[in-house]
Amino acid sequence: MATTSRLDRTRPAPAEAATARPRRGRRSSPTLNFWLFTSPFLIGLVIFVYVPIGWSVWLSFFEARFTVTPDKFTGFANYRQMLDNGNFTGALLTFTVFAALIVPTTWALSLGLALLVNRMRFMRAFFRSVFFLPTACSYVAASLIWKMSLFNGVRFGLANTVIGWFGVDNIAWLADPDPPWYWLVLVTARLWLQSGFYMILFLAALQNIPQELYEAAEIDGAKRGWQTFRHITLPQLRATSTAVILLLLVAAYQAFDEFFNLLSKTTWGRPPLVELYYMALGQNQDYGAGSAGAVMLTLLICVVTLFQGRLMGFGRGEESR
Amino acid sequence: MTTTAPRTGRTVPPRSGRPRRVRHTGAMGSTGLYLAIGVAALLFLIPFYLLVRNALSTDPEITGENWKFFPTDIQWGNITEPFRDPTVDFGRSMVNSLVVGVLHTVGTLLVCSLAGYGLARIPYRHANKIFYGVLFTLMVPTAVTFVPSFVLVSSLGWVDSYRGLIIPGLFSGFTCFLFRQYFLGFPKELEEAARVDGLGYWGAYWRVVVPNSLNFFAALATITFINGWNSFLWPLVIGQDPGAWTVQVALSSYMTNQTVNYHLIFMATAISLLPLLLVFLFLQRWLVQGIAQTGIKG
Repeated sequence: MATTSRLDRTRPAPAEAATARPRRGRRSSPTLNFWLFTSPFLIGLVIFVYVPIGWSVWLSFFEARFTVTPDKFTGFANYRQMLDNGNFTGALLTFTVFAALIVPTTWALSLGLALLVNRMRFMRAFFRSVFFLPTACSYVAASLIWKMSLFNGVRFGLANTVIGWFGVDNIAWLADPDPPWYWLVLVTARLWLQSGFYMILFLAALQNIPQELYEAAEIDGAKRGWQTFRHITLPQLRATSTAVILLLLVAAYQAFDEFFNLLSKTTWGRPPLVELYYMALGQNQDYGAGSAGAVMLTLLICVVTLFQGRLMGFGRGEESR
Repeated sequence: MTTTAPRTGRTVPPRSGRPRRVRHTGAMGSTGLYLAIGVAALLFLIPFYLLVRNALSTDPEITGENWKFFPTDIQWGNITEPFRDPTVDFGRSMVNSLVVGVLHTVGTLLVCSLAGYGLARIPYRHANKIFYGVLFTLMVPTAVTFVPSFVLVSSLGWVDSYRGLIIPGLFSGFTCFLFRQYFLGFPKELEEAARVDGLGYWGAYWRVVVPNSLNFFAALATITFINGWNSFLWPLVIGQDPGAWTVQVALSSYMTNQTVNYHLIFMATAISLLPLLLVFLFLQRWLVQGIAQTGIKG
C-alpha cells in the first residue's frame, strides 16, 4: 500500500510539499493522505448538500407537482407564483416581525444575565447553570409546556391564573390573532430557550476585557455603572455582539419548531419554513413552487448575512479581538 | 479627557483602596444584584417546575377549578404511563432517538474531524479552494434545503429508516469548520515527534492528535448530541411512519391528538428531557467550554 501510493503520487507532491517540511521516508504522499482524510466528508457534502441545492434550483424552473423528475420547463413561473402568493409574502412579513421582536430582546436579556452573573462572587456557577439549563430543552418540549400549561387559553394556565388574581379575564393566548397575544407566547418561549446560550458567549467575552481599562477609567473619574458600561464594556463586546446578532437572525430565519407546534391549526403566524413545509409536503406536494421559495429564502439569507457582515465589520480580522 | 481633569481630586480615595480592587459595589449593590438574579432564576425555573408538577399530578389537579401551585397528591405511577399508552409508541420513539442521537454524534465527529484535520494540516494544492466550497455551505442553512433533501432521500428509499434520519445530517460544514480552526492551532511539535517515530499522517492522527484533543472532541460531542436529540424538522419530514418517529415527533403528535391526556403528555415530555439533563449535569463543563471556544469564532 505504502509503496504503490508512493510510486503513484511522488510526481505531483514535491512541487508543493517539499518547500516547507522535512521529509521522512516512511510516509505516503500528502495528496493521497489529504483525500484519505477529507473524501468521506466531501463526498457526503456533495451528495447531501450540493446535490439538494442544485436539484432545488433545477426544480424551481419546472412544473413539479407530485413528481421530482419533471419535464415541463416553466421558466420563472414558480417564482412569480410564489411572489403573487399572499401566503409566502405574508410568511416573510411574519418572519420580519418575529426577528424584530426576538433579536433585540434576546440580545438584551443574554447580555444582562451575563453582566449579572459576571459580577457575582458566590454561587456564580449555580446561577450560570440555571440560566443555561433551558438550552438542553427542545423547542418541541418548550412549546408543549408553553401551550399546555403556561399559556393555556383556559383558566388553569399559569398566565391566566396570575392575571386572574388581578381580576383580568382569561386571554386566548394562541387561539385568537386579534389582539396578537401569540407573539408573546412565541417570543417568551424562544427567549427562555436561547438566552442562556448567548449568555455564555457574552460571559466569555466579558472575561476577556482587560481589567486595566476599568482601572484607567476609574482614575479618569468615570463612575462605575452606566458610564463604564457605555464607554468600555459595550465597545469591547462589539465583535461578540455582532456575532450574536448574526446568529440570532439566522436562527430566527429558520424558526420552525415552535411555530409548527404552538400554532399547528391556525392560519396566522406562519414563518417561511412552515409555509414551505405545508406547500411542498402538504396535499399539493408542489415541489416546484416549494423549491422556488427555498431558493429565494436562501438568497435572502445570503444577502442579509453578507450585508450585515459588511455593515458591522464582522468576519476577517475580527477574530483576533 | 479635559473635563475629567477637575475631578481628579475625587479619585484619590478610591486609589488608596486600589489593592482591594473594588470590582463589586458595597452591600446595597450586592443585595440588589442577588435579588435581581434570584428573581430571574426563579422565572427561568418555573417552566421546569410546571413540567414536573403536571407530570406527577392527576388530570383534575392540572385542569381543575382551583389551580394550586403545589399539587396535593402526587402520582408516582404516572412515570410508567407513557410507555403503556396504546396511541403513541413512546418507548419506541425514545429508543429511536437514542440510536439516532448516538450514531449522529459519532458519525458527525468522525467524518468532520478527519476532514477538518485534512484541510488544516495536510498540504495540498487545492485545499483552500475546497475549504471555500465547505464555507459556502454555511451560508445555506440546512433547514431551508429540507425540501430537496427530502426529495433526494426519498428517491434513495431511505424514508422511515435510521439511514434517512442519520446520514444526511452527518456532513456539517460548520462542525468541519470548527475542527479545522481547532487543528490549525494544534501544536505542530507533537505531530512532528510522531513523524520522527515513523508514523504517517493517519497514524499520527489517531495516536497523537486525537488523544491530545479529547477536550475539544468532548465539547463538540456534547453540542452535537444535544442538537441531534432536539432536532425536529428533519425527523418530522422523514418519519412518515410512527415506527420511525423520534421522541420529538412523538411529543408533537400528542399536541395534535384528539384526546388530550394531560398528565401523560407532561410525563412523556419530562422523560424526553432526562437524557439531556444527564448529559448536561455531567458534561456541562465541556459544553460551556465548547461554546465559549467555538461560538465566538462561529
